[in-house]
Amino acid sequence: MQNENRTPHIGNAGIGNTTMNDPANGAEPDRRKLLNRMLAGAVAGGIAMAGATARASEVNAPAMPLDGPQIFAGGNHAERMRKELLEALKKPISERKWIMVIDLQKCVGCKACTISCVAENSLPPSVVYRIVTQEEVGKFPDVRRRFLPRPCMHCDNPPCVPVCPVGATWKRADGIVVIDYDQCMGCRYCITACPYNARTFDFGEYYEEKTPKITAYETAPSPEYGQNRGRPVGKDTSPKGNTRKCQFCMHRVENGMLPACVTTCIGGATYFGDLNDKTSLVHELVAQARGMRLKEELKTEPSVYYLK
Amino acid sequence: MSGITKTGKSIFILAWLALLVWGIYGVFQRFTLGHRLADYGSYVTWGLWVSSYIYFIGLSAGAFLLSALIYVFRLERLERIGKTALFTAAITLVMALITIFFDLGHEWRFYKVFTSPHFSSMMAWMVWLYTAYFILILTELWLILRCDLDRLAREGGALAGLYRVLSLGWNCPEDQEKQKQCHENSIKLLRPLAAFGIPLATAFHGGVGALFATVGARALWHTPLFPILFLIGALVSGGALMLALVAIFPDIGGSEQECKAILSLLGKIVLGLICVDLLLEFAEFFVPLWSGIGPELAGLKEILLGRFWYVFWIFHIGLGSVIPIALLAFRPQSRIAAGLAGVLIAVTYLAVRLNMVIPGLITPELKGVAEAFVQPRLTFTYIPSAFEWSVLAFVVAMGIGIFFIGKRILPLESTPGQLR
Repeated sequence: MQNENRTPHIGNAGIGNTTMNDPANGAEPDRRKLLNRMLAGAVAGGIAMAGATARASEVNAPAMPLDGPQIFAGGNHAERMRKELLEALKKPISERKWIMVIDLQKCVGCKACTISCVAENSLPPSVVYRIVTQEEVGKFPDVRRRFLPRPCMHCDNPPCVPVCPVGATWKRADGIVVIDYDQCMGCRYCITACPYNARTFDFGEYYEEKTPKITAYETAPSPEYGQNRGRPVGKDTSPKGNTRKCQFCMHRVENGMLPACVTTCIGGATYFGDLNDKTSLVHELVAQARGMRLKEELKTEPSVYYLK
Repeated sequence: MSGITKTGKSIFILAWLALLVWGIYGVFQRFTLGHRLADYGSYVTWGLWVSSYIYFIGLSAGAFLLSALIYVFRLERLERIGKTALFTAAITLVMALITIFFDLGHEWRFYKVFTSPHFSSMMAWMVWLYTAYFILILTELWLILRCDLDRLAREGGALAGLYRVLSLGWNCPEDQEKQKQCHENSIKLLRPLAAFGIPLATAFHGGVGALFATVGARALWHTPLFPILFLIGALVSGGALMLALVAIFPDIGGSEQECKAILSLLGKIVLGLICVDLLLEFAEFFVPLWSGIGPELAGLKEILLGRFWYVFWIFHIGLGSVIPIALLAFRPQSRIAAGLAGVLIAVTYLAVRLNMVIPGLITPELKGVAEAFVQPRLTFTYIPSAFEWSVLAFVVAMGIGIFFIGKRILPLESTPGQLR
């Protein structure tokens, strides 16, 4: 809660007041210095919300000097993450460790991530990689909603992997849990083994099944795994009949792009990067006191971290 | 089916044909439309077919273990049903394999479990173990039938060629004394195989239970008792099936006197086993419910008081336990009572299997998953569709058909006194 209150304070009340509403214009440089020092102190103290400060820099870009804390040096956080991603790609795969960080205080439950993921991966009906659960807390009129986006956790100890009878799913050296669609026989054992309900099954259906025409959108190749598999009508070719899951938009990541859910998040709540890069934004974020992972007690060691 | 009128037989044949036609239609839909007409989805991802699979597997393991006891421990009082028990174990295993074949998303890739097995998966172990088990059953069947098959082949007739093929060219001496010796040798060879079959069937069916029990994410499955429940369940349902078969076809049991003795002993075995099964089940429910907290509570409450409460209370407890226990306890000498008890337990055991599989999947792993993204197959409710039942009807009709054909043409009758 403390951080939630801080977000508007830094982004709007603090910086906004300094640049626009302060009648004592003569005092502005001093106050700006003071603010910069305050910001620097906050980051140094390890409690700064990277996204919040970055958002402040976006909103007030003209008034924000780039000589502030290091966090602003690369522009907004998406740009920083993309640069870090490009750096990480220069390393051998085994030296990368992709993780995702989701700031729950920034998530507004718009589900843009869910939809962009569906669009990006050309997902058919009832196949979904990233849902956003919501929970209502309190009693009317004091009601609030909590949102929790849930991609695949890409666990370091993934319970879905050992159960596959044919070894069709495994964890890559960079931490991404993948599925070989040609090997998977569709037994769905892995679906039962996932403690996060993160795997779904492709039943070979189309949204427009009972309409006069199934449009090209539905049969278009999915860029997943860089394989460009289509879903032609009348053919039971993979990924139909397979279990499917989030793969951190591997096809985008390996081409220097952030996952679709990260770039489309309107609140900037989702971060992605290489945990092995000690200077990366995600590395900074997971060290925060409000960092947590889902179902830690199961020892699945998820690669998706949440900021409470 | 002695004692059954001609009309009764006609009704049975018509019902069987109806089941078969409906089943063939279901299988046709399965091959043309895939899984689309099924009700299971991505959350409740295993349904009637997986439940039926473990049900048939249980019947098979139960019938097999009974046959193994007969041959290994020379259980002469049940000797007459030994071959039928083995044959039943083979049929129900085939039924199980066909059912699970239809459940796969890419059914023709099943061979991959053999070409690229992943032995960290209990499912891979299960497939390899039941393959060994299948080979063992077929070997045992061949051993115990080979002399008779050879005799039938030599006697000639329309099926002589088939008998020759089934005997795999085995030549039994023509001399009667030597023939007897040959058959005794077969049983001698069979005994160590049946003995090996006991741990194999235990591992294999316990493995099916472990397939569920080792899934740490599913609180309802993840109990050490689960594989044991599978095994006891196999013995109960397999034993009950044999009880039903002997009661319906008394000729399997030999003379009226022998048949009664077999039914009486089998009835007592089944009665004892069902009581042990209920005790274990009670423990499985009692412990978490008493504590009142824990992730398995929701599933257990759903079984007892949920939308499908009747599957547990009416099918399992009422029809599948209380009535058969009463019949077996109070009418131990009655063939009809034994048959009814056997049929009730054997058929309603599917309810137990359904309650083992489905309730484990109906609880969302995270709060709000069900409402997060609303799509037809992203729900936590499941009720088997008519299509799913029709595919099951095919498997059942096929199993009944093979049993009748086998019973008619195979030399399954046993003469007592060969076990010594």
